Amino acid sequence: MEQLLENFSLDLFVKQTILFLVLIFLMVKFAWKPILTALNDREESIQGALDAAEDAKKEMQNLQADNEKLIKEARAERETLLKEAREIKTKMIEDAKGEAKAEADKMIAQAQAAIEAERKAAVADLKSQVASLSVDIAEKVVKSELSNKDKQLGLVEEMLGQATLN
Amino acid sequence: MKVIPKTITSLSFIFLISFTAFATGDKKEGQSSHGDPVNTPEEINEYIQHHVKDSHDFHMFSYFSDGEEHHVGFPLPVILWGENGLSAFMSSAFHHDDDGKEIVAKGESNFVRLHGKIYELNAGATEVSFDEAHHPTNASTPIDLSITKSVFGILLIGLLMLLWFGGLAKQYKKKAIPTGFGRVLEPLVLYVRDEIAKPNIGPKYRKFTGYLMTVFFFIWILNLMGLTPFGFNVTGQLAVTAALALITLVVYLFSSNGHFWSHQLWMPGVPYFLRPLLAVIELAGTLIIKPFSLMVRLFANITAGHIVVMSLIAIGITMQEQMSAVGSTILSFILSLFITLIEVLVAFLQAYIFTMLSALFIGMAVEEPEHH
Repeated sequence: MEQLLENFSLDLFVKQTILFLVLIFLMVKFAWKPILTALNDREESIQGALDAAEDAKKEMQNLQADNEKLIKEARAERETLLKEAREIKTKMIEDAKGEAKAEADKMIAQAQAAIEAERKAAVADLKSQVASLSVDIAEKVVKSELSNKDKQLGLVEEMLGQATLN
Repeated sequence: MKVIPKTITSLSFIFLISFTAFATGDKKEGQSSHGDPVNTPEEINEYIQHHVKDSHDFHMFSYFSDGEEHHVGFPLPVILWGENGLSAFMSSAFHHDDDGKEIVAKGESNFVRLHGKIYELNAGATEVSFDEAHHPTNASTPIDLSITKSVFGILLIGLLMLLWFGGLAKQYKKKAIPTGFGRVLEPLVLYVRDEIAKPNIGPKYRKFTGYLMTVFFFIWILNLMGLTPFGFNVTGQLAVTAALALITLVVYLFSSNGHFWSHQLWMPGVPYFLRPLLAVIELAGTLIIKPFSLMVRLFANITAGHIVVMSLIAIGITMQEQMSAVGSTILSFILSLFITLIEVLVAFLQAYIFTMLSALFIGMAVEEPEHH
């Protein structure tokens, strides 16, 4: 202890205290304060940048989710549209088919009626022509048959032969 | 890139003052108290004792040639406030005398140097007379404002710290990331802030970080300087560590809050009859034991380190008879190499411990009560 006290120099103690206090003051003013402020600023800016990046990432994810939702919606809409179109198409085909058939039937019926009428007219015409033809023929035949006597006699005989008297 | 030349300048500055300004003082063989190179255990012991003390001149080494002792180093200014006011002269005026024989007359005052201390002779006295305990009887001690070796070290390190860290601070004005030497300093600053100040003090760390950084780098750089052959032993001076510990004491006393004092003087959660006793113990701890332990730990570790390194180097001389010159040199080289490596670690460790404990004590003083 005595040696410790002997080693202790009051002059040096005072000088060290004063010099060190001056050093603290100067270091705080010219070094530590600007350094710590700069470091803090830098850390804050880094933290800010990281936060901003995180935010941007979240926003991106949101956007992507939105996009996906939109795509899904669009897809669903397309599906329904296609389905509707398909339905409309089938309906249209069905309708067209029905209409066409009705029309065709109608046309066939008309045609048939026309054909029937034509046929009837034709038959009637044929009948009248056949009648006049047969009258002509008969006239001619009669004319030729009755032109000579023999034949007239022959005919009378034949007719008499057929008409057996009972 | 500007920082590197600056660093080189500051480093070469140290070497310049170390080597170009040296003066060699000669001492005739007859005048010397030893006359021979330092080689007996007693002389080595005295040499080591002399080294760990503060000194008025910057002595690096001595050598003998032609039977003369040459001292290599440079003188430092001696500034005294004595009976007749201020007087200043260079320490070379004492001609390396440390036994009170060389009298320096300045004005009406006569000064002598005795065991590293400067005395002013009483009026009329022409030489020092001693009592039985070898204390001077006819001399007074003036106020010594000299730039001693330790003061020189303090000034040098203070200047270097201002240069280095001021440079680093300047760099931040232009860019966010320092270049050159600043890149080395920045992690150290961050280390002190994040590993010492923040965890020990808590949210109020900002106010005390400046002090803690100054203490940390001051002690660390001076500890490392002490390991160079320049022979600084600043942090091994009791006065220096006492001043540092006292400043820590003042810092944590002045920043303490009511919560701290209520726990100091009237410890809650303890039986009432024990509380006064605890208050005494706590007060003793806060006011005496903590700063005392800070002071002694740093002083003892650094001084012990210097003594051990020098003693191990001295093995090269003292063991020559037993082990031959080569053997003792190899042994001393290996041992002192290892212990020097450990001392490099100790230099950091002691700076860390001093700063960490200072931060811890400040943290205890500013701690806010926990809200339950």
